[in-house]
Amino acid sequence: MSADVASNPKGGGKQKKINVRVDFTPMVDMMMLLITFFMLCTSLAKPQTMELSMPSNDKNLQNEDRSVTKASYTITVYVAGNDKIFYVSGLPKYDDPTCLKETTWGKNGIRKVFMTHVTEDNTQPVLQVMKAKAELDAQKDQMPDTVYSKKLSQIKAGELDNGKIQTMTIIIKATDKATYKNVIDALDEMQICSVGKYVLDKINADDAKLLKTKGVE
Amino acid sequence: MGKLKIKKSDVWIDMTPMSDVMVLLLTFFMLTSTFVKNEPVKVNQPSSVSEIKVPEKDVLNILVDKQGKVFMGMDNQNDLLALIQGMNETGNLGLNALEMKKFQTDPLWGIRLSSLKGYLDLPQEKMTEVITGNEAGVPLDSINGGKSEFQLWVTEALKVNDDIKIAIKADATTPYQRIKKVMSELQDMNQNRYYLITSLKTGEDK
Repeated sequence: MSADVASNPKGGGKQKKINVRVDFTPMVDMMMLLITFFMLCTSLAKPQTMELSMPSNDKNLQNEDRSVTKASYTITVYVAGNDKIFYVSGLPKYDDPTCLKETTWGKNGIRKVFMTHVTEDNTQPVLQVMKAKAELDAQKDQMPDTVYSKKLSQIKAGELDNGKIQTMTIIIKATDKATYKNVIDALDEMQICSVGKYVLDKINADDAKLLKTKGVE
Repeated sequence: MGKLKIKKSDVWIDMTPMSDVMVLLLTFFMLTSTFVKNEPVKVNQPSSVSEIKVPEKDVLNILVDKQGKVFMGMDNQNDLLALIQGMNETGNLGLNALEMKKFQTDPLWGIRLSSLKGYLDLPQEKMTEVITGNEAGVPLDSINGGKSEFQLWVTEALKVNDDIKIAIKADATTPYQRIKKVMSELQDMNQNRYYLITSLKTGEDK
């Protein structure tokens, strides 16, 4: 059409208005296909992770670390198969099977044990730490993430507003029959209760004997 | 009789806004999502309240399935090539360039070193069959009291990229015994920090 205009030498020709309308339907079709492809073949959410630091297998280091905490600042948790969970307040006394108590998973079970645990100095470290964390969470919006995580790790280490307290140490021991989910759940409780010091330890022969009194292989 | 005349009207819908939206959506998906890796085994990871994300790069993935078979994977293609070249040399696997190329494109590996060459020679469909079969999985047993094949792989991966992060992904029903074995082999090599891959827990029982 423009050729018509150009071929008119006098230039007085009427310029024709052409309807330039491109059909976008095929384009939309293609886009739909592409979007479907991306929706099916990719994952949007990245999975969560949990950071875990295990003690070194180096024998020399282990004995040093173990002697640090007082017994009443320790809870030993046994994660057994069939979703069973046992605990010992303090370090396990292998000659006294009654120290091993059974509890359940979740809010009214093991978490209650942690929260209500009273130490020899008549303190409840887990409860104190959780309270401090709740206060921190309330102000979370007003501070940048870096400040928040710094304060959180301070709280986990026992540095509260009204002075430093000694925090709990949790020893988690999982039997071979326990599932991976049980272990993750136990580690999860550590997160929820803001326990800074916890360790995933191996079951030894004495532990196995102790658990056997409760009928756990 | 009046003839009913149907008026033919030109219904032209303008598709431009639609295609605008489509392009936007497409761009969004392309930028935010990552490709799903084709895992040979189905793994349902347990959920947790932890909100830390998996590191973006330099990850050594260790996948443990329900029966405790171990698979490994790395995200960086160049590292993978270097890894298999290193393994080829130290383990005398006798792989040629084509086989190594195939290893590089395989999403996860989990085959005994002795049968690796034979596995890589197979056509693609057969490979999937083998890796999903019962014989698959990186062996955790130590060879003549030395390092296990699993440890050899990790050693080589560390040689290729020394700030690699270890991410363990296991099924919720995997017995802890197997995880313990994997972890203790890693601990023997002084690798004491792991990322345990979980999914976000929802619901009230947090």
